[in-house]
Amino acid sequence: MKSLVLASLGLAALLAGMPAATAKTLVYCSEGSPENFTPALNTTGTTFDAARPVYDRLTEFKRGTTEVIPGLAESWDIADGGKTITFHLRKGVKFHGVKDFTPTRDFNADDVLFSINRQWKEDNPYFKVSGGKYDYFNDMDMPASIDSVTKTDDYTVVLKLKEPNTPILANFAMDFMAIGSAEYADFLLKKGTPEQFDQTPVGTGPFYFVAYQKDSVIRFKKNPDHNFGEKALVDDLVFAITPDATARYAKLKAGECHVNGYPRLADVPEMEKDATLKVVHQPGLNIAYWAFNMTKPPFDKLEVRQALSMAIDRDAIIKDVYLGAGDKAKTLIPPTMWSYDDKIADYAYDPEKAKALLAKAGVNTPLDIDLWYQPVQRPYNPNGKRIGEMMQADLAKIGVNAKLVTFEWGEYRKRLENAEDNTGQMGWTGDNGDPDNFFFLLGCPDGKPGANNIPKWCNAEFNDLLAKARSISDQAERAKLYARMQEIEHDEQPELLLAHSIVYEATRANVEGYKQSPLGTHAFQGVDVK
Amino acid sequence: MLVYFLRRLALTVPTFIALMFVTFAAIRLVPGDPVEVRVGEHGISPERLAYFRHQLGLDLPVWQQFLDYCWRLLHGDFGVSLSTQTKVLTEFFTLFPATVELSLCAMLFAIAVGVPAGAVAAVKRGSVFDQGLMTISLFGYSMPIFWWGLLLIMFVSVKLEWLPVSGRIDLINYYFDQPTGFMLIDTLLSGESGAFLDAVRHLILPAIVLGTVPLGVIARMTRSSMLEVLSEDYVRTARAKGLSPFRVIGVHALRNALLPVVTVIGLSVSSLLAGAVLTETIFSWPGVGHWLIESISRRDYPALQGGVMLVSTVVIGVNLVVDLVYGAINPRIRHGR
Repeated sequence: MKSLVLASLGLAALLAGMPAATAKTLVYCSEGSPENFTPALNTTGTTFDAARPVYDRLTEFKRGTTEVIPGLAESWDIADGGKTITFHLRKGVKFHGVKDFTPTRDFNADDVLFSINRQWKEDNPYFKVSGGKYDYFNDMDMPASIDSVTKTDDYTVVLKLKEPNTPILANFAMDFMAIGSAEYADFLLKKGTPEQFDQTPVGTGPFYFVAYQKDSVIRFKKNPDHNFGEKALVDDLVFAITPDATARYAKLKAGECHVNGYPRLADVPEMEKDATLKVVHQPGLNIAYWAFNMTKPPFDKLEVRQALSMAIDRDAIIKDVYLGAGDKAKTLIPPTMWSYDDKIADYAYDPEKAKALLAKAGVNTPLDIDLWYQPVQRPYNPNGKRIGEMMQADLAKIGVNAKLVTFEWGEYRKRLENAEDNTGQMGWTGDNGDPDNFFFLLGCPDGKPGANNIPKWCNAEFNDLLAKARSISDQAERAKLYARMQEIEHDEQPELLLAHSIVYEATRANVEGYKQSPLGTHAFQGVDVK
Repeated sequence: MLVYFLRRLALTVPTFIALMFVTFAAIRLVPGDPVEVRVGEHGISPERLAYFRHQLGLDLPVWQQFLDYCWRLLHGDFGVSLSTQTKVLTEFFTLFPATVELSLCAMLFAIAVGVPAGAVAAVKRGSVFDQGLMTISLFGYSMPIFWWGLLLIMFVSVKLEWLPVSGRIDLINYYFDQPTGFMLIDTLLSGESGAFLDAVRHLILPAIVLGTVPLGVIARMTRSSMLEVLSEDYVRTARAKGLSPFRVIGVHALRNALLPVVTVIGLSVSSLLAGAVLTETIFSWPGVGHWLIESISRRDYPALQGGVMLVSTVVIGVNLVVDLVYGAINPRIRHGR
């Protein structure tokens, strides 16, 4: 028995030897397999991350920020009061080659038209390829916003909009607007395998695609021809697909991967103590809120909404449910977003004042209400039921009996959008880093049944400012309008803003240049391993 | 023997029909359909929802969907995964070799350790070894796989740094074509020095974790079967003939005692595949187990239905083979006595 143990130890020691690395490789422990490599077809961050190294977009988010900077469009002009945007495209940008396709021309306007029309025009031969679900293109209201997209020459694309909409520039930096090769698309169509376009991606990005093995690995190599923006600093980029969060942490600790995009909150304190690791965090571009249905009494009364807001101890919720990984919210947008107004005074937890406000509103207690809680975990809400229970206990203290209600997620969302609730938890994760992408949630057009304005609140001044902010391109001017909108929202309190969750990421200590994105994306150009 | 084979084969038909129904019905009982499950806070307009539901045939009456599904299945068409738009059969056979490799190694580990341990425990009945082994095997049998896997990762891989945490190969140092999907074979074919050894190192922990439950069962089964055989007259006769203890136990007793163990091994295939779901998730092992779990969360009806049917076919097939082998070595079974 003893010799067996010794033999096992000896074998283990022998097997522990590792061969030496040659090229510089960055390993990202990703959390899952992508559905495919065309972001336009998908909605998951996993797929966006997997396709991002390969593609560029007309505009880009400056890494680590939500600032929109030139991408494949080196500049743009806005005319016609924000209704016409002319993109001037970059010259000399090369597409990658793959096993059976070698590009014969550089990137030009045809690639831009193809990438938009595939998602927009039903007569595009690729419209129905790979299921043809262009959720983001529709979610971001692109079909309703765009009047026409044309090219005036190979390097100029003119976008005409139905209404002024300067925030749309940020949409062009989103993953669903990745620019693919029209030449590659034609080649595959002639070959009779158009779906290969979505499986073997060809783009202009800082890395080119090498191989993908489902549930195992995605391999990319540095694109030496990438001649603008940030460059790839490592020779190889490897996504080690590691679905289990504990295994991701173990791999990071063991040096088998360099970046862990989704650590478990419970592991963070230990990670922070580990000198071989670096932990970064910031408030996510998201908001969790508790909406009051203003189409139903007594929630149409301001005092009632304020009273219910003051009854909730959000600090306790953040401590117990978010495990501290949340920032108490006082406006719809998180503090990292431009136009955030820190001067807004928060509604403090004050049950006595809440009782007084209810009495002032002429509401008799006990008051029975429904409190709908989110049935699924969301990035902004770690546990809807637990939050609901804590709110229920808080409300009982001011004489409000809250009945907890929920449905299956699709049904829940649909019923809330149709204002069947009287109060309900909801939230939002920002798409493009523009304040408009948050404030539209309270605009009058979205107050109709089936739309995203859950409190069904419609304030004329707020709505006018929302429209006005879309028509101007000067950021400082827009910020003033959004600041005023935050004041109106605070004064009217259509919803109690609960929290912005804090997002953590961890890297090995020898990783340099990695920047956490407020958009929750993961990008590896400009990142090095020392 | 042929009659026995045909009878056993015929018995699989109702099993398949029941399976077709259960796999079809079970996923539809889970709230949310493939279109709605991918919709986030943005929501989806009723028109787009209806359009995609129509495209996927989800607007048809359920009985019609079921008949369509059966018809396609009878033609060998397992459909296309809704999330990846890849043929289910292609996805399955991409991932299945990894599961087979892991399961075989786990079973090899369970047999290699379980049979000798069970036999020794029986021979040394009542000894400290026997009691210790039975306690350990009970512990192994009731071990939560997830906990056991994570414990081994944390101790062996992170603390002692003896073995890699997860995956099938060192992704930084090795990259080669994988024509067979079996990493041990592909590393040998690749000709890359050290690759095979690295693949073995990656296999050790998941195989131990997955093999722990069958190991417990096999050890206990071997022990009780051996105890029974050891009290048989022919063993006493063999001893009386003056044969060496090794021949008595190894040749006369163990060979006969292994009969029920063969059945247990066959039955363990299904528990191995069930265990693979967890083991593959913990060890980032790209097999069918993790794929099926993902298919549930994505409400990927074709992938889930096809995957379960294919995995079930394998389990039924293995059990059929075990039955036949058992029938071949034990005529009483073959003749229905």
